[in-house]
Amino acid sequence: MASLWRYLLAGLGLAALLAGILAIVYLTAPQSAPGPDVSRSKKTANGLFVASFQPERGVVKQGELQSWLLTLKTVKGDPVEGAAISVSGGMPQHNHGLPTSPQATDYLGEGRYRIDGLKFTMSGVWQLRFAISAAAGSDSVVFNVVL
Amino acid sequence: MNRLLRLLALAAVLAVAGCGKPDFSDAEKKTIASLALNALPALKPDTTNRFADVPAAAALGSTLFFDQGMSHDGNVSCSTCHKIDRQFQDDLPQAVGVGRTNRRSMPLAGVARNPWFFWDGRRDSLWAQALTPLENPLEQAGNRATFAHYIQKRFGERYERIFGPLPDLSAVPANASPLGNEAEQAAWKAMTAAQMDDVNRVFSNIGKAIAAFERSIEPTQTRFDRFAIDLASGAKPKADDAFSPEEMLGLKLFIGKANCVTCHNGPRFTDNSFHNTGVPPVRDLPLDRGRFDAVAQVQADPFNCFGAFRDGDAGACGELRFMVKSAPELMRAYKTPSLRGAATRPPYMHAGQFSSLEEVVAHYAEAEAAVEGTSEIHPLQLSDRERAALVAFLKTLSD
Repeated sequence: MASLWRYLLAGLGLAALLAGILAIVYLTAPQSAPGPDVSRSKKTANGLFVASFQPERGVVKQGELQSWLLTLKTVKGDPVEGAAISVSGGMPQHNHGLPTSPQATDYLGEGRYRIDGLKFTMSGVWQLRFAISAAAGSDSVVFNVVL
Repeated sequence: MNRLLRLLALAAVLAVAGCGKPDFSDAEKKTIASLALNALPALKPDTTNRFADVPAAAALGSTLFFDQGMSHDGNVSCSTCHKIDRQFQDDLPQAVGVGRTNRRSMPLAGVARNPWFFWDGRRDSLWAQALTPLENPLEQAGNRATFAHYIQKRFGERYERIFGPLPDLSAVPANASPLGNEAEQAAWKAMTAAQMDDVNRVFSNIGKAIAAFERSIEPTQTRFDRFAIDLASGAKPKADDAFSPEEMLGLKLFIGKANCVTCHNGPRFTDNSFHNTGVPPVRDLPLDRGRFDAVAQVQADPFNCFGAFRDGDAGACGELRFMVKSAPELMRAYKTPSLRGAATRPPYMHAGQFSSLEEVVAHYAEAEAAVEGTSEIHPLQLSDRERAALVAFLKTLSD
């Protein structure tokens, strides 16, 4: 009987040791590679504008045509009007472009442009690049959208 | 002592048994739920076809769908290739109408939910799609003037109750179409613009009636869907609904390592998009560049969403408006087919290239380069056991 308790105690000790090792491995494991920058507002590549990019109806739906709003401000915070915007992008992981050709279809005032015809057909990291040309000059910005 | 040992043994057995249970992460469970049929939203109205949900139009469309009189030789109907008892497809590598075509017939479950039609998306609405085989010399091989006369003679009263008065067709030639043979094209050119419009109107309404019928063809619940519902609710699956360990592994691979779900996503297992996956061409068939050539065809179609025969406003034309018109990845890109029911309808791919699911899985694992354009898929290490598991899982979409 006594020997059984000894075995049990040893078993418990081993289990505790294993749990401890697992905890150390788990706690010290490097965090998974940092994900893509998913901020919805940022300075354009050359710092000419501050761009923000939001789904017009607030939610991102997979597989449906949808419109987003691209808001352009100067660094001082003034709205950028009369900008010419072209949209490109794709999924770098899958080596393909966008399944649709989104366009800037309307200017809604206060620096807000409607980008219509976006469609995210699969989950993963989508990259959207905007080439912007306005009175202040030309610049570009890339947004990542993760589904 | 004995009792204690027995208790320990029991605990060990339970622990091992636990490993065999469906062990899906929260992310996997979310993906599985997104594939289940109960995630399929209600069918949206088709504003480009104001007869889409008119029962009399669907009834006439059903008659026309099965009517062999709707062909040049009187032997071919839509149902010749879209067989009602075969998931509305024909089990052939390439469809055979009046002649042999270069593409595999597609099944019709859920077809009204497609943004694009045919393997290459050369039509942008279900009703515009339905018109195309009617005039294809290898399919129904008719011409639109004949169809207008035929509708007047056979179904005039039914037609008028749905679509309003038929135009005066007395001066319209018996055979005429802008797409027909030389004589038919000449006859078409000799018609007045008003006559052309009259014939096109009747012709487009034929498509709208057939589309109204086809909207009723929807996917049905499978063993996978029942499994997914039970997994989401935590209910114990009923006897036949439980997945075997092999099916479970197949599902895990499908949504994980094998990357199938990247394109075969949502409750219809399709992203409704076009991809070059390196599927080889069939020898002896004409050059086939898939989506690359379909872009110009859908733009040139007078029955497309921008055309005069669309009902409702152009707000419904987003897919055509924002279509990718030129990009290298359109070369030999074909539509992602739904996988529901796929296991019981070989052969596979746009020209029936593969005769079994095993061959399909092998193609995606080996990922050979495309003959033209660039394949989007990459080679994958899959053991024989894993390949068999994927096939076993796909079969649960047919049970």
